[in-house]
Amino acid sequence: MKIKEVNILIVGVGGQGTLLASRIIGKLAGLYGLDVKLSEVHGMAQRGGSVVTHAKIAERVYSPVIGEGCADFIVAFEKLEALRYTQYLRDGGTIIVNTQEILPMPVITGAAEYPSDAVKTLKRSYAVISTDALAIALKSAGNAKAVNIVMLGILFSKMGVTLSDAETALAACVKPEFLEINKAALKAGYTL
Amino acid sequence: MVKRQLMLGNAAIARGAYEAGVRVVSAYPGTPSTEISEVIATYKEVYAEWAPNEKAAFESAVGAAYAGARAMVCMKHVGVNVAADPMFTVAYTGINGGLVIVAADDPGMYSSQNEQDSRFYARSAHIPMLEPSDSGECKEFTKLAFELSERYDTPVFVRTTTRVAHSQSYVTAEERKELPLKPYVKNVKKYTMMPSSAVLRHIEVEKRENKFKADLAEIGVNTIEINDKSLGIICSGVVYQYVKEACPSASVLKLGVVYPVDTELVRRFAAEVKRLVVIEELEPFIEDTLKAAGVKCEGKNLFSLQGEISAALIKNKLYGEKIKTNTDYAPPRPPVLCAGCPHRGVFYILSKLKLTVSADIGCYTLGAQAPLSAVDTVLCMGASIGIAHGFEKAAGRAQSNKTVAVIGDSTFIHSGITGLINAVYNGSNITLLILDNSTTGMTGHQEHPATGKTLKGTSAKILDLEAMVKACGAESVRIVDAYDLPAVEKAVKGAIDEDGVSVVIAKRPCALLGKTRGVPYAISECKRCGMCGKIGCPAIRKNADGTMTIVAEQCAGCGVCAGLCKFGCIKKPEKNLKKT
Ligand SMILES: Cc1ncc(C[n+]2csc(CCOP(=O)(O)OP(=O)(O)O)c2C)c(N)n1
Repeated sequence: MKIKEVNILIVGVGGQGTLLASRIIGKLAGLYGLDVKLSEVHGMAQRGGSVVTHAKIAERVYSPVIGEGCADFIVAFEKLEALRYTQYLRDGGTIIVNTQEILPMPVITGAAEYPSDAVKTLKRSYAVISTDALAIALKSAGNAKAVNIVMLGILFSKMGVTLSDAETALAACVKPEFLEINKAALKAGYTL
Repeated sequence: MVKRQLMLGNAAIARGAYEAGVRVVSAYPGTPSTEISEVIATYKEVYAEWAPNEKAAFESAVGAAYAGARAMVCMKHVGVNVAADPMFTVAYTGINGGLVIVAADDPGMYSSQNEQDSRFYARSAHIPMLEPSDSGECKEFTKLAFELSERYDTPVFVRTTTRVAHSQSYVTAEERKELPLKPYVKNVKKYTMMPSSAVLRHIEVEKRENKFKADLAEIGVNTIEINDKSLGIICSGVVYQYVKEACPSASVLKLGVVYPVDTELVRRFAAEVKRLVVIEELEPFIEDTLKAAGVKCEGKNLFSLQGEISAALIKNKLYGEKIKTNTDYAPPRPPVLCAGCPHRGVFYILSKLKLTVSADIGCYTLGAQAPLSAVDTVLCMGASIGIAHGFEKAAGRAQSNKTVAVIGDSTFIHSGITGLINAVYNGSNITLLILDNSTTGMTGHQEHPATGKTLKGTSAKILDLEAMVKACGAESVRIVDAYDLPAVEKAVKGAIDEDGVSVVIAKRPCALLGKTRGVPYAISECKRCGMCGKIGCPAIRKNADGTMTIVAEQCAGCGVCAGLCKFGCIKKPEKNLKKT
């Protein structure tokens, strides 16, 4: 394992499972004996709002929050949310983005427009890995809820984490009865 | 069980209380404090409960402490307002078993209606306040708070902020220390607060505080790190972590006790460093204390009273480093009522009837947002009823024909009942809508007195809301299914036309409780009338050609939209129908 220090910002829409994703990252840091802090969103923003959770791994972590320009990875469960938080990416960092579109209410009501070329815009300025994680989740796990785990699979492979370590961290965080489908989703993302 | 594990700050507070031998914990939910109770409830040695509001919770904890147990009460910052009455006076009586009050502030207002600073309560009630900066300290400071409470015969605050309450860091769990119940001895001069005894207790409060202040060095959680002496920073809580990240070479005084501030220590620190800056979120609480003590410092001349501080902000203010800003366009994504939420249809009707709506605090506050835009006022929990009543008293009967108060079940029980009694007693003609979704939704589905379950998961007597409002004197009560919009409309119109206080209870469990999740609906041959778009359901989207689509993965199958489509285009798909 080569990870010494990494800042991961997970962004998405309330209800997409960002909390579980960050907790799995926390477990992974534990496996490597590194310090870690996770900052989560509970309450109001979970009702379909924009959510952001921070995962920081290092020898010693102080602030639980990643500063602007300091994220090595932005893992976006929805592409609009990737656009919303790009200021957190460090120079040379990577955005992993699910191309799924979840319309915010102002778009539904016609008060705002959903950018038609979100992924293209991202690619113009940043290193981007884009994928239809919803389709992969449905195919591998048979469940739309596994989008978060598919995305983690991609992240872990980019971080250079072994699949077996990733699976160990996953197993520590999900209920045994859901482990198999989650493992399938993790692997599908990892081997993408 | 000695084990290092990642823990939420709130879980660590629960763990600390558990290890300290706490016996009784009472609370009313409120972000960011809710998880403390949810975790403490999992320890079988601890009695833990949801109370109907913070004042009731506070008094339970005080009773337990008087009886000789270690007790804790937890609340969000605005909850302290509700509990303030017993709080100010228990500072006089002192305790018997240790009493810890957790107050969770929310700088940046992630889930709150204001940004008040709980530290002022510590100062005005003369209650010591500790402030942890991560989960490890959440546990340690909670344990220390119990010890200090007993050593100084005072309740002790543990103050958190959202970032500490809702971030995870390592905690080493230790064994619980079981403590015997301290004997309760009748002592009228100490526990019966009336002028003759309170006058004497007030003297004790001052003595105790002076003693506490004198002992701060020995209490030991204020720490000084002397590094580069050109910059000295005073901070507490999570801001300490930001400071360590932003200014690793600065000298730092970290206050573990934020009230009373150790001004002697501060003076010594100030003498060591060239430039002294106080960095604190919200009000200039520490800064003002320093200035009153004649210590020169900077603080709110650099940092705002609003929102959170961050490492980046500190670097910006102290070193002029730019903060990266976003240059990509992303339309806002505010929180919304969930697909299948029973509140949605009710707000659609209120908006259709063009009523003045004094709403309350809960998920249903989201009825204020477009396209429902059905809400006029939201103030604090329970206020909806009083506001509707006041509207009528100011603007007359004509106004009450256009006004309804809307309140959730948990909020009604929390602090709506007294408002209802007031309206009945003083001859109002208001209409009250209780949105009974069988849970405390906003804070993540906690039980309450009308759900039939306790925090510990045992069954409980169910508070009958209909009987309750009738007992308050509101004799006209209509009960409707919140998904049945024609029935909701009829009930609201009927209630408004009546004299006296009329109540409509719209019942339907929260869609997230999983009890009402049905087969998703689908739209075929859409006529582009746009009616289904008016309810602001996140599962319904407009296509480029103006037709509407229901996103099957998101649809909860409530059917509210189907009832609105005049052309009957919204149906459950045939093949799915057969399955049900
Ligand atoms: C004094 C106070 N305590 C706690 C809270 C946190 N809080 C906001 S709304 C709410 C309860 C919501 O429950 P309910 O009224 O049943 O409405 P629902 O969210 O289920 O629609 C709570 C506990 C608060 N805002 N103020």
